[in-house]
Amino acid sequence: MKLLRIEKVALSSIFRNRSRSLLTSLGIIIGVCSVIVMVAVGEGSQKKIETDISSMGTNLLMIRPGSSSYQGVRGGAGSRESLTMDDCETLREQATLVQAISPSVSTYAQIIGGSGNWNCKVEGVSPEYLEIRNFEIEQGTMFTEKDIASRKKVAVIGKTIEEELFPSGNAVGQKLRINNTPFTIIGVLAEKGNNSMGMDQDDFVLAPSMTVLYRLKGGKYGSYVNMIYVSAVSDDVIDEAEVELTTILLRAHKIDFEDDADFTIRSQSEITDFATSTASTLTLLLGAIAGVSLIVGGIGIMNIMLVSVTERTREIGIRISVGARTNDVLLQFLAEAITLSLIGGILGLLFAMIITMILSKLTSLTPMINPAIAFIAFIFSGAVGIFFGYYPAKKASELNPIDALHYE
Amino acid sequence: MTKVIQIKDLVKHYYVGDIVVPAIQHIDIEIGQGEFVSIMGASGSGKSTLMNIIGCLDEPTEGQYFLDGEDVAKMTKNQYADVRNRKIGFVFQNFNLLPRTTALENVELPILYDRSGTNKNSKALAKEALIQVGLGDRMDHVPNQLSGGQKQRVALARALVNSPSILLADEPTGNLDSRTSIDMMKLFQKLNSRGITIIVVTHEHDIASYTSRTIFLRDGRIIKDRLQQAKQAALIPEKDMSDPAEEVV
Repeated sequence: MKLLRIEKVALSSIFRNRSRSLLTSLGIIIGVCSVIVMVAVGEGSQKKIETDISSMGTNLLMIRPGSSSYQGVRGGAGSRESLTMDDCETLREQATLVQAISPSVSTYAQIIGGSGNWNCKVEGVSPEYLEIRNFEIEQGTMFTEKDIASRKKVAVIGKTIEEELFPSGNAVGQKLRINNTPFTIIGVLAEKGNNSMGMDQDDFVLAPSMTVLYRLKGGKYGSYVNMIYVSAVSDDVIDEAEVELTTILLRAHKIDFEDDADFTIRSQSEITDFATSTASTLTLLLGAIAGVSLIVGGIGIMNIMLVSVTERTREIGIRISVGARTNDVLLQFLAEAITLSLIGGILGLLFAMIITMILSKLTSLTPMINPAIAFIAFIFSGAVGIFFGYYPAKKASELNPIDALHYE
Repeated sequence: MTKVIQIKDLVKHYYVGDIVVPAIQHIDIEIGQGEFVSIMGASGSGKSTLMNIIGCLDEPTEGQYFLDGEDVAKMTKNQYADVRNRKIGFVFQNFNLLPRTTALENVELPILYDRSGTNKNSKALAKEALIQVGLGDRMDHVPNQLSGGQKQRVALARALVNSPSILLADEPTGNLDSRTSIDMMKLFQKLNSRGITIIVVTHEHDIASYTSRTIFLRDGRIIKDRLQQAKQAALIPEKDMSDPAEEVV
């Protein structure tokens, strides 16, 4: 009997026993579909966290002052005034693995302008800040090094500030009073949205570092900065850059041992590692649930196949008694099992794609189908389907035709 | 007369656990080309077992069985299958039709497994066989929609579709009423008149009387083997115009 004819017999048998075929495929559909969707959701959220973190900046390193200690009373992290504008300059001159450096002098201030007033963070930075933190100018321009040197009273506002104070959108060129000091708005930043912790990244005002230091904070405490943002030349050298920055700063601060350092450096990769380890736990959990549903689906397939064994054994008896050879029967059952598994697997994949599409439309998740996982799910349920479709047939075909006909 | 079936010293034992149940004990039979034979006996006399062995559905424990002069014991499994496919047509008491499968597809089945090489038009042949047994108008019905007599005729069409030289029927009328039974025997007589060797297993004397030779079995042995004048089934009045046997050429 030709293969085509066998497939024809198998197909007609599948269509004749619709409910059995449907139930068998259903096991495979559910198994394949749930595995793919769950792993897709897990990996999607992992990916989302990663992009959230990388949106914080490019190859970002953050240098913060250490904690202060005055007469036995210790301040918190960053409370010590140990980083200065001079440190910034030193790093700029000496560091080789660094692409861009920006100080950050920040203060919270009441700002008045446009349609009302608002309280937010005002950050004094250098123009490189945009590049380091992945911000873009939407309207107007960024201030320049010259503006910093001349302590010019110009400001670039975040999207949230524009929405709060200048809802009509004509912020550039308007006046903004920060703690009663008049500034001119020269630019608006493009929206960045919330970060992975849910904090609004657009609710702040940027101004030249020296302007903030001397005109807003009064400069009476010296040129201390709250933080130095550094961008390494590439993500391969972040760790080396961290070592280099530490060495330069220790030398500048005349500190001999790293343990005594009056500053701390955190790199983005540390944050990424922490956040992705949470996300991969989630993926693992979802994967485990999916694995269970794959097994449940497999058991479903097995049950249907085994339940139909009685009927199928008689069918085999009939086929053999009218002259089917053992191989004809085995090939037919194999073809049936493979066809059902293929149909089930493809439908499962299709459903998974539809569900992930719906999920990404309806929720903030961006599920990503992992082809390897899809393949494994496909192969596993296929193997279960084929084994339990074929094995009973093999046993039945080894029976005497009379025993097969009388099988109860 | 050529001997199509020669059985020599045939023994068949069944094993139920450690107990040996003798079903057939040392039987010798010769059946010639074109004979119409009935095998009779009470339940457990071994008549169905004998029939299954003749039909190549079961293998003897001891003894020899020559089919058309060929020793069946020396055949391979595939040759066995081909004998069932082309040389022998088998009709079962409980029909053994594939469920949820149309009459036409059921009859087509043996053609699908025919390896004689000729590219047969299986649909046309199956239709022809169904018309031959008078079911031309029931081709697309599944077994559930057919009466017992119709089911048995589908089974008969299936047995005949590959034009076998031997037709075996194990209690073909066992599940049929007496009127339908006589119709069935009439069909058999027509087929026999065209040269097909027919063996029928039955426990009804009435059915056996339509055959020309009866072999009586008891406890796995032949107790009587006699020739007789076959009662003509055609003597039964035929009022029903749709009587299937009438359509037999």
